[in-house]
Amino acid sequence: MKVTFPHMGHIWLCVKTMLEYLGVDLVIPPPSSKRTLALGVRYGPEFACLPLKLNLGNFIEASALGADTILMAGGCGPCRFGYYAQVEHAILQDLGYRYELVVLEPPERHVGQLLSRIKVITGNNSWRQVYRGVKLGYQKIRAVDELEMAIHRLRPRETIPGSADRAFLEALREIERASDLAELAVAQRQVKEILKSVPTEERDVLRIGIVGEIFTLLEPFANLDIERRLGRMGVEVDRSIYLSEWVNDHMLFGLIKGLRSRRDACRAALPYLRHFVGGHGQETVGSTILYARAGYDGVIQLLPFTCMPEIVAQSILPVVSADLDIPVLTLTFDEQTGEAGVVTRLEAFVDLLERRRRGRGRVRQEGTESKRGLRVTKA
Amino acid sequence: MSRKVGIPGALLYYYYFPLWQAFFQALGAEVAVSGPSTKSVLNRGVELAVEDACLPVKLALGHVAELAGKVDYLFLPRLVSVASREYICPKFLGFPDMVRQTVPDLPPIIDVNVNLYRRQNKLYTAFRAAGKIFSAGEARIFLAYRRGLAALGKYWKLMGEGFSPEEAINLLNRSSPRCPQPSNAARTIPEDGPAAASDKAPRPEREKPVVAVIGHPYNIYDPYISMNLLKKLRQAGVRTATAEQLPETVVRREAAYLPKRLFWTLNQRMTGAAFYFLRSGRVQGLLQVTSFGCGPDSMTGELIARRAAGHGDMPFLNLVLDEHSGEAGVLTRLEAFLDMVRQKQEGGRPG
Repeated sequence: MKVTFPHMGHIWLCVKTMLEYLGVDLVIPPPSSKRTLALGVRYGPEFACLPLKLNLGNFIEASALGADTILMAGGCGPCRFGYYAQVEHAILQDLGYRYELVVLEPPERHVGQLLSRIKVITGNNSWRQVYRGVKLGYQKIRAVDELEMAIHRLRPRETIPGSADRAFLEALREIERASDLAELAVAQRQVKEILKSVPTEERDVLRIGIVGEIFTLLEPFANLDIERRLGRMGVEVDRSIYLSEWVNDHMLFGLIKGLRSRRDACRAALPYLRHFVGGHGQETVGSTILYARAGYDGVIQLLPFTCMPEIVAQSILPVVSADLDIPVLTLTFDEQTGEAGVVTRLEAFVDLLERRRRGRGRVRQEGTESKRGLRVTKA
Repeated sequence: MSRKVGIPGALLYYYYFPLWQAFFQALGAEVAVSGPSTKSVLNRGVELAVEDACLPVKLALGHVAELAGKVDYLFLPRLVSVASREYICPKFLGFPDMVRQTVPDLPPIIDVNVNLYRRQNKLYTAFRAAGKIFSAGEARIFLAYRRGLAALGKYWKLMGEGFSPEEAINLLNRSSPRCPQPSNAARTIPEDGPAAASDKAPRPEREKPVVAVIGHPYNIYDPYISMNLLKKLRQAGVRTATAEQLPETVVRREAAYLPKRLFWTLNQRMTGAAFYFLRSGRVQGLLQVTSFGCGPDSMTGELIARRAAGHGDMPFLNLVLDEHSGEAGVLTRLEAFLDMVRQKQEGGRPG
């Protein structure tokens, strides 16, 4: 059995850690690329959302590397994701790929159903071992999230272009290498050193909150690396969903305290959207409100084309934007999305935010302008 | 003076209107329905909606805008779930909020939650909350609710007999309940259903091929949105069959062939019906109508298309509708599809 799974940001690092800890053979699909997308577009349903197409491409590419079992999460709607695995599997079957499918569905009757599905993958490992593997995986993903947050702060302040990104890759390798909790602790100290070595200067930077659908938020290939682009344009970004927070909210029932929780966002959304709408629709509205309250300069909503929960949110955001006086830009992604179009709109948006700030007389350092502006480097 | 409740003639109007109408009338309110859909209604909706919204939502916003300012209340129940462990679609969950944030000059909105996701939840909860707004007593609300359910039962019975929603509503509102002939004359009810009406039909009618039309009720039954699809098919000399004619038990039994239970009620009905029609061998063609940007359709449409492909020679057409659909394009494809249907009926292999 060689297990594979779809890409979504750095989730591969978490799954790889867990499965390797348990001695399960795995194939990490090649990072999502134009080829992955082209495969997904060719064989996937035309109107399916972008994540499904990328998943499909991942599985086809992983099959070439010997994968024979798919590990996927399930769901009970109303977002389409809950039915992804079954549709993808049907397509792969028709294409002649012989994949075993293991879907971790929320249990319908009792928790035993979920446990037995996990057992298919974990085999003879004891539950104690499984627990340890999951714990290590979770700690790693938390470490990666904290690293990303640090990089979001460093990027707009680096004095040597690209140094923050180089540090990120180096730090990521440190975290990846750790094979137990003790090593991870050492790695995290190492990461701190690496981050400290990035030369920065204090600047008055714009702050943008990025909200939207989880896959598009977390997968840089899907969102054309928007965080890095904004960072290099001199913007400090924050993302409304980090993987560890999502895992804590949805799989650990909020067991780990002190993390930002979706509950706050949903509560904030209530005056505008009184009911959950699946996916992250309510979180998107709520997070926008929270960013406005926290004094962010703007918010960018990301969604895959035809994403249902995000379209509900998108319909409501203009009112939130007007009420709380915070500019909101919505970017929709699919296989037709062109880099130039996205870059142009990002530049215009950043320009607008800068003008607003200047209008309010909050920009004090004169030197910052030229450093921000329209300096866009190819990612 | 009785108060006027506005109900948009869109979305699940096609499934529940008789219930809503009877309920509010029994409470002494007047019921106003928007529509029918026209170009200007749709254009109004397109103006109000975000560009990426699907066609039915855009149309529904147009209907709401038409009612706004003309009624005392707007009835927009939040249809979270109408069956245990199922939803409709995220846009139904958020529709009242989308309306509130996009349509100007709104009267008060009655957006009671209809949520039967948990088995112990009761439909009456929603109607009780709605009834309170009309300051009616508990008993009166309950009686109104029962009257609504009775109307709904009759309505679905008529649809089962092959009447279209429009015909069935007209029949219910006219007190003498006899109408010449249901337009969806092709009875394809299974062995365990009531006797097939098609056998009673005059001979030439029985020899016409049957085409199953699979799609959301608010797409296939809206004459403007579907460009009179059902009528066009009948005029072209075929009988039509739709999912609404099949009993709930049949569509659920057929949908159980899916690898995982669907969590969208409407798509479960569509998929179950499509599987039934394909399997029963009583139809000579399958016409799937989807709207551009419909999320659930993009998934089940794929599963239905794959199943249809497995039935080798079954003529299959997937018609995608949006606000830019041109009638000429639809007609051409329909004609080609009907050619295949006729060929199949004559025994030749299509294509």
